[in-house]
Amino acid sequence: MHADGFEYHRAGTVEEAVDLLGSIPDAEPLAGAHGLLPRMKTDEESPPALVDISRIERLSGIERDGGSLTVGALATHADIAESTAVREHAPALAEAAGAVGDLQVRAGGTIGGNLAHGDPRVDPAAAVLALKAKTTLRGPDGERTLAASELFEGEFETAVGADEIVTALEVPTDGAGTSAYHKRRNPLSGYAAVGVAGYLRCDEGAIEEARVGVTAVGPHPIRLRGVEAELEGASAEAATAAAAADRVGESLPASGVRSDPYASAEFRSHLLSVDTEDLLGGLLGDA
Amino acid sequence: MSEHEITLTVNGEKHELRVEARTLLVEALREELGYTGANVGCETGRCGACTVRVDGDALKSCTRFAVQADGAEIETVEGLSEEGELSGLQASFKRNHGLQCGFCTPGMLLTAGTFLEDAEDPSRAEIREAIEGNLCRCTGYHNIVDAVEQVATDGGGESL
Ligand SMILES: Cc1cc2nc3c(=O)[nH]c(=O)nc-3n(C[C@H](O)[C@@H](O)[C@H](O)COP(=O)(O)OP(=O)(O)OC[C@H]3O[C@@H](n4cnc5c(N)ncnc54)[C@H](O)[C@@H]3O)c2cc1C
Ligand code: FES
Ligand code: FES
Repeated sequence: MHADGFEYHRAGTVEEAVDLLGSIPDAEPLAGAHGLLPRMKTDEESPPALVDISRIERLSGIERDGGSLTVGALATHADIAESTAVREHAPALAEAAGAVGDLQVRAGGTIGGNLAHGDPRVDPAAAVLALKAKTTLRGPDGERTLAASELFEGEFETAVGADEIVTALEVPTDGAGTSAYHKRRNPLSGYAAVGVAGYLRCDEGAIEEARVGVTAVGPHPIRLRGVEAELEGASAEAATAAAAADRVGESLPASGVRSDPYASAEFRSHLLSVDTEDLLGGLLGDA
Repeated sequence: MSEHEITLTVNGEKHELRVEARTLLVEALREELGYTGANVGCETGRCGACTVRVDGDALKSCTRFAVQADGAEIETVEGLSEEGELSGLQASFKRNHGLQCGFCTPGMLLTAGTFLEDAEDPSRAEIREAIEGNLCRCTGYHNIVDAVEQVATDGGGESL
């Protein structure tokens, strides 16, 4: 299996990458190749030119500063899963990164590529939604930020512009919340069949803030707003998890739930409700 | 389509070669440089037979363009033994019958060796998880896990 031929360019800096993307028609960024290359082999994508951003040093580190965690776009899934700062302050993200693929895939793929590609099944997307993270983008007009909820637009469609690159992910870590990710693995592909991430902040026995992000269920990762509404203001006890999971159906995408040989749309919706209840039950137990 | 002059240092030996942009790292290693230890099983990133180490990381070399590895230090199964002497992990695979046809073995050795460098007293479950990206059609994995576990308990961190 071969990718079609393409022009390869290597960028040394963010500025250079943005210039190259702007000046070469239809050029796309290349980071770990773990999203793109498998699809180039099957002709699902055949970009005429790639701009390799994987050597831009500024894009790698993970730092915690005051109330937020900055994860460089080139941080690999392994870097994130193993980072003590991420494990401590954004456990859902560490768990999601640790659930990606296998040891080699976690060393090869980056968070920036994972989120920018728009694959509807990726694990970190659920965590990024639940943690209300923002992506920082750089393009010809400078820098802008996008909330996670604005990032995913459809199957392999994101709000990242053609000549923009994701430079970092900003995860707020100021609250005293807890978070977690649960992956139900499709045994054939290893990708999530259903992935749910939750964030809860409780105070004096009541849930003050709740967010639930879901991957592999719709055409793109989504928040379960109905579930969140049920949780906020409710008492922080196990029964709340069941009541909230009952409202999973309200937030399912109008365009339909994914269906594949592992799980029909109906079964997948059922699994989502079971997994959401389990995940929330666990978080409420810890809260 | 573009072509590029790249340098790959494989098992300590420096090679200069010319590759098309779309050439996979595993192709450059096998077909251009003759390191046929890295096998091609699935070509889709699933089976792990093509696993090599790139600057220390175990990576599936069918899922990287060779040009991306320009300047990298690469380790393949050919570099594990020294002067015909098997590494600790290789010897353990042999002792524990951790291979049958041997097709998965180079990838298994590189993945497990990478894992063992950082793992402290890993459980069998952790060993299984570490090699989950390496498929073996022959052994049923049991003897592979035995082989890795024995090196882990022997303090074989320097086996690779
Ligand atoms: C065998 C295998 C198993 C996998 N299993 C899982 C899994 O279980 N869960 C999971 O979540 N993922 C899985 N993945 C996917 C993998 O995690 C990818 O999503 C990967 O992380 C994408 O990142 P990359 O650095 O490889 O991006 P690339 O493949 O280099 O790029 C992907 C896309 O994003 C664009 N891009 C890359 N970086 C940027 C940037 N900084 N800014 C803007 N655009 C950018 C590229 O132009 C391209 O369109 C698997 C992949 C493989 C090969
Ligand atoms: S050939 Fe590379 S993972 Fe199978
Ligand atoms: S020994 Fe034959 S595939 Fe593993």
